[in-house]
Amino acid sequence: MSYFEFLSQYGDRIISGTLVTIVLTVLAALLAMAIALAAGLMRMAPNALVRGVAVVYIEIFRGTSLLVQLYWIFFVLPLFGISLEKFTAGFVAVGMNLGAYGAELVRGAILSVPKGQWEASLALNMSPAKRMVRVILPQALLIMLPSWGNLLIELLKGTALVALIAVADLMFQVKQINGTTFLSAETFGTALVIYYIIARFMITPFMRWLERVMQRKLGRA
Amino acid sequence: MSEKHLSGFPLSLDGPDRPMVSFRKVTKSYGSLTVLDSLDLDVAEGEMVTIIGPSGSGKTTVLRMLMTLESINGGVIYVDGEPLTHMPKGDHLVPANSRHVRQIRSKIGMCFQQFNLFPHMTALENCMEGPVHVLGMSKKDARERAEDLLAMVGMADKRDQHPSRLSGGQQQRVAIARALAMRPKVMLFDEVTSALDPEVIGEVTNVIRKLVSEYNLTMLMVTHQMGFAKDISDRICFFYGGKIEEQGSPDQLFSNPQKERTQQFLSAVKEAM
Repeated sequence: MSYFEFLSQYGDRIISGTLVTIVLTVLAALLAMAIALAAGLMRMAPNALVRGVAVVYIEIFRGTSLLVQLYWIFFVLPLFGISLEKFTAGFVAVGMNLGAYGAELVRGAILSVPKGQWEASLALNMSPAKRMVRVILPQALLIMLPSWGNLLIELLKGTALVALIAVADLMFQVKQINGTTFLSAETFGTALVIYYIIARFMITPFMRWLERVMQRKLGRA
Repeated sequence: MSEKHLSGFPLSLDGPDRPMVSFRKVTKSYGSLTVLDSLDLDVAEGEMVTIIGPSGSGKTTVLRMLMTLESINGGVIYVDGEPLTHMPKGDHLVPANSRHVRQIRSKIGMCFQQFNLFPHMTALENCMEGPVHVLGMSKKDARERAEDLLAMVGMADKRDQHPSRLSGGQQQRVAIARALAMRPKVMLFDEVTSALDPEVIGEVTNVIRKLVSEYNLTMLMVTHQMGFAKDISDRICFFYGGKIEEQGSPDQLFSNPQKERTQQFLSAVKEAM
């Protein structure tokens, strides 16, 4: 079977898998960003309890395997009465895992906003919340964007694990095709290229564009 | 903070002659290093006081404590008659909570050596930020106020520029406008010309001269520009080793310093000029 025959026969399934992977990536990325922001801010809270919660979260999700977390969320949580659909379990696990990494990015970026910005906001008598939202976070965002580009590529690659709980993503589809055709080079080769294309030609340009937009907003373009 | 009750300090300062700013036995130390040792300093309403002294003498710390950027280890600071660092509880003063600090702090504005404009906002937005988001003014009113102030500091034509497009002198003038937009009663200038190229120092000092002559602001300034300090100050305080070594009118202090350390400092400064 030529590669073109292979593509014409299995192209539909590969495309549908790719779309699932993209949707998973977007949802997991949104969740990861929300969690990263919340946990990153909590990590710096004056209240020790709030800080503790964030530290425990970050330690657990950064310190253990994503695959194990995925199995926990899909197979173990139902024993405690929390049943998630496999697709939901998939992006929640990936989002929570990468969110823990993102929390440290958020914290690091906030701390690297120059001290003078904090002092100027205080001199204008801003409340701590206003200062964070109006002055610190917009600048922290620009500082952390390049690192988020990396993290989102990690996240994309992490989504391949959801195939193991039978979410019909790209990895799942090529595994199925390989199981019936034994064309491993074609199937896994195609998957490899598609993951690369998403990372290199979708995520990276998008993050670059975002960076330029943010820089313009900061008047640095 | 401990609920330590302070005695021997009045709950408020009253009377027609009360100072706008009053440091009473204020002490500041980092570990075993005492930066300010029981400082007593009163600044009258509308008075311009300049603090000079060698580096490490604690002069910037005075401004930073007043802006509440630094905590104090002893004593009380009063602003406009009310305690800033403390608040009355019964007939004693106790350490102030954040609400009290914010209320009193609203009377104080500050300009910094490094300008510290918000880089993601234009000059105009920088000046509107406090009025809109702290004072709760309408955008229209805040814009009017900001435009007036930018015109006053000679920056009206640059109001839509981001700080990165402005020179140091221009940024500092915007920073002065931003601080004034909050209508403070007390303005603090912390070495505002030290980061500037020599040729633009004048544009900032001219704005401050204008403030002295046209506004009834109480001002505290730390500077190395001795000539400028001599011109516009009502009083000069020479700091040495965390204390006021000598103070007086500019004429008195510059022409006829009494203390040996003041003489040494002034002659060293003169030589450098």
